[in-house]
Amino acid sequence: MTTTIEHPALDRTETMPTFLPEDQLPAREGDRVIQLREALREAMEEEMRRDERVFLLGEEVAQYNGAYKVSQGMLDEFGPKRIIDTPISENGFAGAAIAAAMAGLRPIVEFMSWSFSLVAADQILNNAPKMLYMSGGQWGCPIVFRGNDGANGQLGSTHSWCVEGLYSNVPGVKIAIPSNAYDAKGLLKTSIRDPDPVFFLESERMLGDKEHVPAEEYYIPFGRARLAREGDACTVVSFGRPVNFCLEAAEKLAGEGIHVDVLDMRTIRPLDIDSVLASVKKTNRLVVVDQSWPFGSPATEVITQVIENGFDWLDHQPVRVNTEDVPTPYAKGLEAAYIPNPGRIYDAIKSVVQS
Amino acid sequence: MSQVSDQATKRLSDELSNDTLLGWLRSMQLIREFETRTMQAYQQAKIGGFCHIYTGQEALAVGTIGSVNQDDPVITAYRDHGHALARNMDPKVCMAEMYGRITGCAKGKGGSMHMFDKPNHLYGGHGIVGAQTPLGAGLAFAARYEWEVLGTGSKKVCLCYLGDGAIDQGAFHEALNLSAIFSLPVIYIIENNGYSMGTAIHRHSANADNLISRGQSYGIKSIEFDGMDIRNIYDHFRPLVDECRDLQRPGFVDLKTYRYQGHSMSDPQKYRTKDEVDEFKNQDSIANLLDHLMNERGCIDEDGWKAMRKEIAAQVKEAVQFAETSPDPDLSELYTDVFVNPEPNLSPSGDYRHGSKNPLL
Repeated sequence: MTTTIEHPALDRTETMPTFLPEDQLPAREGDRVIQLREALREAMEEEMRRDERVFLLGEEVAQYNGAYKVSQGMLDEFGPKRIIDTPISENGFAGAAIAAAMAGLRPIVEFMSWSFSLVAADQILNNAPKMLYMSGGQWGCPIVFRGNDGANGQLGSTHSWCVEGLYSNVPGVKIAIPSNAYDAKGLLKTSIRDPDPVFFLESERMLGDKEHVPAEEYYIPFGRARLAREGDACTVVSFGRPVNFCLEAAEKLAGEGIHVDVLDMRTIRPLDIDSVLASVKKTNRLVVVDQSWPFGSPATEVITQVIENGFDWLDHQPVRVNTEDVPTPYAKGLEAAYIPNPGRIYDAIKSVVQS
Repeated sequence: MSQVSDQATKRLSDELSNDTLLGWLRSMQLIREFETRTMQAYQQAKIGGFCHIYTGQEALAVGTIGSVNQDDPVITAYRDHGHALARNMDPKVCMAEMYGRITGCAKGKGGSMHMFDKPNHLYGGHGIVGAQTPLGAGLAFAARYEWEVLGTGSKKVCLCYLGDGAIDQGAFHEALNLSAIFSLPVIYIIENNGYSMGTAIHRHSANADNLISRGQSYGIKSIEFDGMDIRNIYDHFRPLVDECRDLQRPGFVDLKTYRYQGHSMSDPQKYRTKDEVDEFKNQDSIANLLDHLMNERGCIDEDGWKAMRKEIAAQVKEAVQFAETSPDPDLSELYTDVFVNPEPNLSPSGDYRHGSKNPLL
């Protein structure tokens, strides 16, 4: 059953894809092993074949084949009118793409790094998310901004931004943040189909990660967390790359007989607080892990909502594990300590389940 | 350019019908009357926020918009009432927006700086100085994409307006560069009224007497001319529109104009003299066109002009009446028009939903 969206802000009726229940999605295990960057590419290619209004623009996406090879080969198939190299001019091309979306096209904008989106802040925060509201429902903005987000490549302070802390504060955007190749493909396809602006946060550290990605088409809905590991001692909630650190910590704890729920949220907005609450009701303990700075972060939001809606189920104060509240350091050891690494997560869970 | 160089004897605007020019006169007078009423309503605190009056610059919006097709996209900055009316937005809906009514063009969610009119291809009304200039490039990109890739549209030209205060913004230079390298059919129109808010152009912009050099430095065809005389605007602007449409490439225009009122309603105007304002009022664009129509074309007389003004005054009065008596948005509208596809759990403070239909749709 597909759902149809009719809205005056759209130039035509849009059909949203069919979202299957989690247990009916194609198998996550198999031997079609590809890199995460290839999963992203497949998502874009499939949607571009389906809809000629979809195009990709960004720095080095065409002739260079992508600064991180996500768009490798796409110029050959779709040509320079749909795979478009831009100058290093984020404010300009982000704004141009926003207007193209208003006018009825379906742009995918690649930021080489979300760190560089800061120079386009006015366009992506003032225009894309507010156009529908400011125009009283006349123009929406069906656009996807995607690129690398997060630290851990020794890139220093300016190139290591986790923008979710800043951007999730703004109403009018949806934010997707996959932790693995399988979800990356299904979430990016949904992002391209969605008629609202989507910020899609990838991790450069994960682009080479390999896993099975099924050949058949599938879409993952926004606002549906995945229970990546099951237990009863504690609820561990995370977004994007740190989900993998949580699983690492959980594995170690399992060796000590401590079993935890690990929830991979997949999207920050919408936030599947229902799944978090259901898990907290069972475990009575909560640790939230998030790669942005702690002050006003997604972790802070999850904890606030749990306190607002599930206070009585908590037997221990919730704990958050964020990046340390300092600019991102360059030195390898400092940077490793700065991020919410498996060791810090292990310690946090241990402190919650033992007291 | 032959039409222009030869204009002593024959002007391109001479080919325009009396009806067209009378329509422009009407449109300019409508803007002036509308803005007079806007100022009154603002002084009575019926209009809130920032409010920028277009009086003095009427020929510019009417003449340039009069040079393009009805479905060519138009986008502008916050001094936008004139463009909205020149684009045929219903004055009632325009005034109601400033009153913050549900019957306004943005359902009372935009205000004076955010005039949007989808049926008339007016893409706003934008409040941040220069922010509309990348958008203008994008509208041209979309139009070209529809024509070239999708095969669903004809060749279009986007008009993107900005004040001389916006020419110093980085966004504008990025927009010019993109328009040039992608060969986008957008014409950037500098409404050069000589002031960036209260800062005179020689104090805010380098090489201010030669603004077209900025367009030229990107290889964009750039022209400058007087923007107070609407026939002069058409003579120079229409050929550029045709060229940019035909060749699908950008243009840049520095149009000299003047605003009779302050930057916004809260401007005491201490940075300029009354003599300077009077000097420009003496070359008023409405008086100028009226003189041509009365004395050279003979297609309107004093009685006709009086009747036109009376009719317009009644129309604007009706718009004010409409705004006065329209209801405020229901508080339930707070959570509408945020998402086209509102899903659960997007916000901890409320559920987004679809609201009432926009009055223009």
